[in-house]
Amino acid sequence: MEQHSTTAVYQHEEHGHAGGGTKEVMRITLYLTIITLVELGFGFYMYKAALPDGLFRHVIKGIICALMLWKAFYIVGYFMHLKHEIRNLIMTIVVPLFLFVWFIIAFLADGNSYKNLRNKYDPYHIEQNDKKAPVEHEHGAQKEGTIE
Amino acid sequence: MAQAVPAVQKWWNGGKSPFNVEYGKIMMWYFLMSDAFTFGAFLISYGTIRFATNSWPDPNHVFNSFPGLGSGYPLLFVSLMTFILIISSVTMVLAVQAGQDMDRKRVAKYLVFTILGGLAFLSCQAWEWTHLYGEGAWWGHNPFPNHNGSVATTNFSNFFFTITGFHGFHVFSGVIINIIMLIMTLQGKFDQRGHYLMIEKAGLYWHFVDLVWVFVFTCFYLI
Repeated sequence: MEQHSTTAVYQHEEHGHAGGGTKEVMRITLYLTIITLVELGFGFYMYKAALPDGLFRHVIKGIICALMLWKAFYIVGYFMHLKHEIRNLIMTIVVPLFLFVWFIIAFLADGNSYKNLRNKYDPYHIEQNDKKAPVEHEHGAQKEGTIE
Repeated sequence: MAQAVPAVQKWWNGGKSPFNVEYGKIMMWYFLMSDAFTFGAFLISYGTIRFATNSWPDPNHVFNSFPGLGSGYPLLFVSLMTFILIISSVTMVLAVQAGQDMDRKRVAKYLVFTILGGLAFLSCQAWEWTHLYGEGAWWGHNPFPNHNGSVATTNFSNFFFTITGFHGFHVFSGVIINIIMLIMTLQGKFDQRGHYLMIEKAGLYWHFVDLVWVFVFTCFYLI
């Protein structure tokens, strides 16, 4: 494949649909819709069942996150066409995204640590958690409580 | 999976794109990567604050209104918004495919649908914001109590409005870009050039906007 000019690249890309056609698009749309409905189902279940804080609630949230990533894979791979691109381009996009694994774990762990430390050393802070919010009459300007 | 590259192919010797896509498309991907990290940073900061906070408002008790139906319908309105954006993404894919077939009328048709989808989404978001503002929520004001009944932090509304606002701004700019694409299509600019690659690049941006919504809606409404 001798392609020296950019116009030649364009013509090569034009040939038919690089990757699947309309049928594939509809198939992926169906998958996305189903996954979305399942996610919403889980979300609604958490609300209806009034799941108390605990492992089970976190497991459901974890499943929702996994479904979200699955949807992301379909959108990036098929709608944005990345799956059908050359492998080096796929890696250029996917490899830096692994930074997010560290990013998410590190920052959420940090936030959690802050909460635990503050609860341990600041008795006023943990008391605030037990006080009920006053029944508001007009404005609801709650300015206190921001992280210092 | 990826195209099998023949062993003789020398991709990095110049004269051709090493990724086998045109320059503009690679640059769009790079921009989307930077934007992905921006949104990622926003969402992770939201997660950090949530993890650092003892209690937080339950989204199903905050976001439960539907235009015309009043309140008591958690997840319904946001489902509609998500569905609208996904369908507009599908019409965008179909527009790109029509461009690959050099079918000007079909490209225009699907671009129109995509633009309408984007405008519908923006209208929904505007309604959601207006409704929440009417209930007393805004930057610096949070009327909703925590799930356990205690006084909630304003971080809840701050993050909500900032991140959905940032996303909404991206949807808005995407709609503007798509309108420009539509005008160029109708003017026959792409037939002149001999390719509809510009539509593909606009398509990448639009799918990115949809992708970000998938993450934003999950973080704020579902988990």
